[in-house]
Amino acid sequence: MATRKPLPVDLTDEQIDEFGREMESIYDDIMKSRGESDRQYILGIIRTQRSMALIGRLFMYAGLFFLPAWSHALAGWTATLLIMGLGTVMLGTAKILENMEIAHNVLHAQWDWMKDPDIQSNTWEWDTMSPSDRWMHSHNVVHHTWTNVLEKDLDVGYGIMRVTPLQEWHPKYLPQPVYFLLLMLFFEEGVALHEQALIDVVEGRKKASEFKPLAKRIGRKIWGQVRKDYIMWPGLAALVAVPISFFVPESPLLVFGLVAGANFIANIIRNIWAFMIIFCGHFPEGVYNFTPDQVEGESRGQWYLRQLLGSANITGGSLFHVLSGNLSHQIEHHLFPDMCSNRYPEASQRVRAVAARYGLPYNRASLWRQFGTTWLKNLRLAFPGGRPQPEVARA
Amino acid sequence: MVTPAQQSPDSEMTWRRKLSDVLDMFAFPLRTSHYVELVNPLWSTHQMQAQVVDVWDETKDARTITLRPGVNWRLNRPGQHVRIGIPIEGRHYTRTYTISSPPERNDDCFTITVKIIDGGRVSKHIVRNIKVGDYLPIGLPQGDFYLPDASPIQPLFITAGSGITPAMSMIRSLVAQERLPDTVHIHYAPHEFDVIFSKELRQLAADKEQYHLHEVHTQEFGEEKQTRGYFSQEQLDKLCPDWKERDCYACGPPGLLAALEGVWEQAGHSRRLHIERFLADFAEIPKDAVGGKVRFAQSNLDVDADSETNLLRIAEDAGMNPPHGCRMGICHTCNTKLLSGCVRDLRTGEVLNESGAMVQTCVCAAAGDCELDL
Repeated sequence: MATRKPLPVDLTDEQIDEFGREMESIYDDIMKSRGESDRQYILGIIRTQRSMALIGRLFMYAGLFFLPAWSHALAGWTATLLIMGLGTVMLGTAKILENMEIAHNVLHAQWDWMKDPDIQSNTWEWDTMSPSDRWMHSHNVVHHTWTNVLEKDLDVGYGIMRVTPLQEWHPKYLPQPVYFLLLMLFFEEGVALHEQALIDVVEGRKKASEFKPLAKRIGRKIWGQVRKDYIMWPGLAALVAVPISFFVPESPLLVFGLVAGANFIANIIRNIWAFMIIFCGHFPEGVYNFTPDQVEGESRGQWYLRQLLGSANITGGSLFHVLSGNLSHQIEHHLFPDMCSNRYPEASQRVRAVAARYGLPYNRASLWRQFGTTWLKNLRLAFPGGRPQPEVARA
Repeated sequence: MVTPAQQSPDSEMTWRRKLSDVLDMFAFPLRTSHYVELVNPLWSTHQMQAQVVDVWDETKDARTITLRPGVNWRLNRPGQHVRIGIPIEGRHYTRTYTISSPPERNDDCFTITVKIIDGGRVSKHIVRNIKVGDYLPIGLPQGDFYLPDASPIQPLFITAGSGITPAMSMIRSLVAQERLPDTVHIHYAPHEFDVIFSKELRQLAADKEQYHLHEVHTQEFGEEKQTRGYFSQEQLDKLCPDWKERDCYACGPPGLLAALEGVWEQAGHSRRLHIERFLADFAEIPKDAVGGKVRFAQSNLDVDADSETNLLRIAEDAGMNPPHGCRMGICHTCNTKLLSGCVRDLRTGEVLNESGAMVQTCVCAAAGDCELDL
């Protein structure tokens, strides 16, 4: 083990083991105390999310009755866009809740302990283009095991970006500020195509035909999503608008376009928010990356330590934490991926105190600081060089 | 040529199926039912629910729960049981209970009557904590313990404790249909205040001359031990001299049922004895039985198992949550394909070793190494 490059901390292996034991006792305490109130929490969130999605879509439809063509007292573009806008924000928020606080956490098996047949990691399918089981592999297995390890964790730059000076610069990283913006807008599509197999095909290690069965599965999921948001809901509105158009001079095509557009914007709202929260998890200033030789033969304590050094929290109120899927407690989520998310705030209190006692950094700051430094780093690292991470991590 | 009458149920089914497929496209990847459920859980079709509309204590430790089932409910045949999901302290449990009401009830509700089992977490929770207004997921009525529809028979009911529930459903149904035949009912309970449905039974015995009720109280007040009144052939001959001419429907604890089986078998009338068990009656495990390594193929898990613990429990202890229902080998929800190796059916002692065979994981244990499609 002597040849292994140590983690960037000034703790002995024994001290790191003790750190690991402290983490485990926090985990055990909280896991043992799970009960009815946790079940009520997730059931409440699911009910809220589904109601919000439904009401949001009904608001979009309601807005159509205020198109100028109706020529009643309240009709006009302002009223139409206001009501549809409200519906759009509600649908966007519902999608955020579904993807982040519900599905992400259900797929982490955080709620499997309830043994509720409807809320199980192996059967949950989420409201996004990526099929659940594909995502579970690339995320739960690859990313959570190999957090922030170069060449191992696909999420380090997603194969297209340079997020740490440890990655060697290459001219292909020059356009990464553009990728950054594109990925922010089309995060859902990006996640669906975030597959090692696809990268292998692009880089010529695999034949395209080997990717085909997988592409078919992903394609079917994408089709289901597209059909819902861009055919069924706008289509129904347009269908109803056809007979109405004999009496009210409004075009069914316009109606179709408005609903499809509102759904598109709701998806973009979700994409931008999810992208911001998720990029704040591992890319802000002060987060550590690791090389494969640092994690070889890693102990449990070292694994915990790497999760702490490799993640960053975002501060905010309780509503903010829920909307971020509690990924604002990214450190706790990485330490305890299968702990139900509503318990991360209390775990966070204890982890922070342990980190302070061990003189370890606990990366925690506002959304603006975390996302700001993430963006700046992205711009800076498009060019050669960049400030290397400190040799030793200290609080 | 197909007449319209023959054609319509089928075409209506496919028509409804197609409509629901189209509607589900609006809710992808969920189903429309997931949103309908928000308005009224009883309208959901992806998971049938029932609402608790009434609770009533039958004895000091038994309670009748009246449930209003959701759409798609199928009326029970008297004597059948139903699977019910119960959340306790955040965790979901599934148990099977006999329906105690007759299908002739005219308020679309059904009842289950649950008695607290010693140390039983779920039964205690149902009797003490379930409240009016709660929603519980349910299955459809199942089971083959019911009276034949057509042939007139003269039934003899032998029941003990909460084993009265299927008999009660049958008797109530016969009364409701006004075709109660000459019936003998022998019921065992600790003492007179422990008789579930006592008022109704005694009233029935007073009103209907063809219904002969014999309550046997196995315990006197003030006595520490159960001393008298256990089932015996002499007692049976005394209470129901013509028992050999009757069809016997029995439900109760394993000891009583075993005694009944002995008597009926000796008389050569086993075919006239119909039994419903609360608990699977396990065969003796041979002394040389060994457990083995159980492989859950889909979950890619290997676990060591002994020769007595059922495979469902083994899977759950390994952190899996395989489908299951009654946990006593009657509902077949836990059926799983045996991929290789050998398991023992704990009820019969029979060994299953054909790959591809269906294994009821709740009543089978490992008999050497085995691999299951879970």
